[in-house]
Amino acid sequence: MLAVTAFPILYAFWLSLFRYDLRFPEERRFVGLSNYASILGSEVWWQALGNTLIITVGSVAVELVLGFALALLMHRAVFGRRTVRTAILVPYAIITVVAALAWRFAFDPTTGFVNALLGLERVWLTERGSAFFVIIFAEIWKTTPFMALFLLAGLTLVPHDLLNAARMDGASAAQRFWRITLPLMKPAVMVALLFRTLDAFRVFDTVFVLTRGALDTETVSIVGYNALISRLNLGLGSAVSVLIFACVLAIAWLYIKGFGVSFTDERRR
Amino acid sequence: MSAAVSRLERVFWAAGSAVAVLYALLPVAWIVSLSLKHPADLNDKRFLPQSVTFEHYRAIFQDAQFPAALWNSIGIALLSTALAVTLAMFAAYAIVRLEFRGKRLVLAGALSIAMFPAVAIIGPLFNMWRAVGLFDSWPGLIIPYMTFTLPLAIWTLSAFFREIPWDLDKAARVDGATPFQAFRYVIAPLAAPGVFTAAILVFIFAWNDFLFAISLTSTNDARTVPAAIAFFTGASRYELPTGSIAAASVVVTVPVIAMVLAFQRRIIAGLTAGAVKG
Repeated sequence: MLAVTAFPILYAFWLSLFRYDLRFPEERRFVGLSNYASILGSEVWWQALGNTLIITVGSVAVELVLGFALALLMHRAVFGRRTVRTAILVPYAIITVVAALAWRFAFDPTTGFVNALLGLERVWLTERGSAFFVIIFAEIWKTTPFMALFLLAGLTLVPHDLLNAARMDGASAAQRFWRITLPLMKPAVMVALLFRTLDAFRVFDTVFVLTRGALDTETVSIVGYNALISRLNLGLGSAVSVLIFACVLAIAWLYIKGFGVSFTDERRR
Repeated sequence: MSAAVSRLERVFWAAGSAVAVLYALLPVAWIVSLSLKHPADLNDKRFLPQSVTFEHYRAIFQDAQFPAALWNSIGIALLSTALAVTLAMFAAYAIVRLEFRGKRLVLAGALSIAMFPAVAIIGPLFNMWRAVGLFDSWPGLIIPYMTFTLPLAIWTLSAFFREIPWDLDKAARVDGATPFQAFRYVIAPLAAPGVFTAAILVFIFAWNDFLFAISLTSTNDARTVPAAIAFFTGASRYELPTGSIAAASVVVTVPVIAMVLAFQRRIIAGLTAGAVKG
């Protein structure tokens, strides 16, 4: 298993040290780190990194709030709980490309119902700001259920007695949530956030379907794909891949060291 | 708590439930509606079709591209699932039953691979597959799918396997069962739900994948449905064959939704297994 992923990443690193364009294979030669220099010196990479971070932060933040609402709903609702649980699995199971296309048609000014519903005449996917909105919206729709189910699993770990005792002592619902539920759930919340952040950072399908990276909405995965597959520039593309890998490691490290996410502690409970 | 408050609360949660269900199902209803609209009505901006037609469905199945992609998707997803789950069963069994050095490392490694950015290996894979002739072939997709789903499957299965009372195996052996019988009649039935859950999750991953599918295929030989749908073309780049795309989307979505509805309990257990509870 390690061989199948470790080998390609090492191979990617090796390729990234070459000038290697499949359209001009005879020009292949060792260039050291100059591919990295040209990427880190280009606007495209930094723009894409910024875009990716906008999408990641935007979607994960909203998902956390919405996911919490959904989790509480599934935890507390007296009836209809099963229906909700079943229904919210639909966005999880649906093919991302299909979901993105559904939203693309929905926001489309000639086919879609969104403009009619809101009384607008907007062409959503031709403007950078509104295109970002649609991308983030589609991401949120697709992945909130995942967040909600994780948080729900965390909610069930909060002892009922503790909440009842606090209620007896006169703690308000808000106090109970902020002082008891949230601190006890912190590990579960952090794991859910880590998963979703790393997942959102890799965003590709949704952006590819909605804008193909036009209007300055390119994400780092789109940049990597374009360099590797569309332009067949294996040297430069591999360098992008390695940089994305480094970013993912950095995010994971930040969560684990910075916020104290620990999987081993989780598992001992 | 007084009756009035609890009633208000009930209404509140019920309304919330209704909103949540609507939220989840809206885009699905929309794409179904689009697929049933008459071509002339596609641009009427209405949510529901004025009249129903199956024209788009007929069209996609008469085209050569979609049936081929559907066949590829089904075959590749099923084979990846079977292989990944079989391998994961051995790994999870070893992790749960045996004490060996680096056990934690294996689990942590599995988790890190699950979070691995797929785009980081499409380049090398593309190059390697072209060199060894796996480009645009079924194994060319099955191998990366297995790699990416094995960690998920191992993680899920070891969470389930940990709950199994393994001593039953010994009890059966004492009662004179052969090792194979003990496995077949005692352990296998207990392990089945976990295996099944892992299989569903792996299948959904392979069925949904887009990045590998567009990077490592180029023709109907191995192109799966998500890739084929994204490359359905109309008369020009700006004119999408909306009706066909919607119909194709429904065809690939409905079976998965049916599966999810039938096995929701197991999917939820599998998704959160190991990550939150010990």
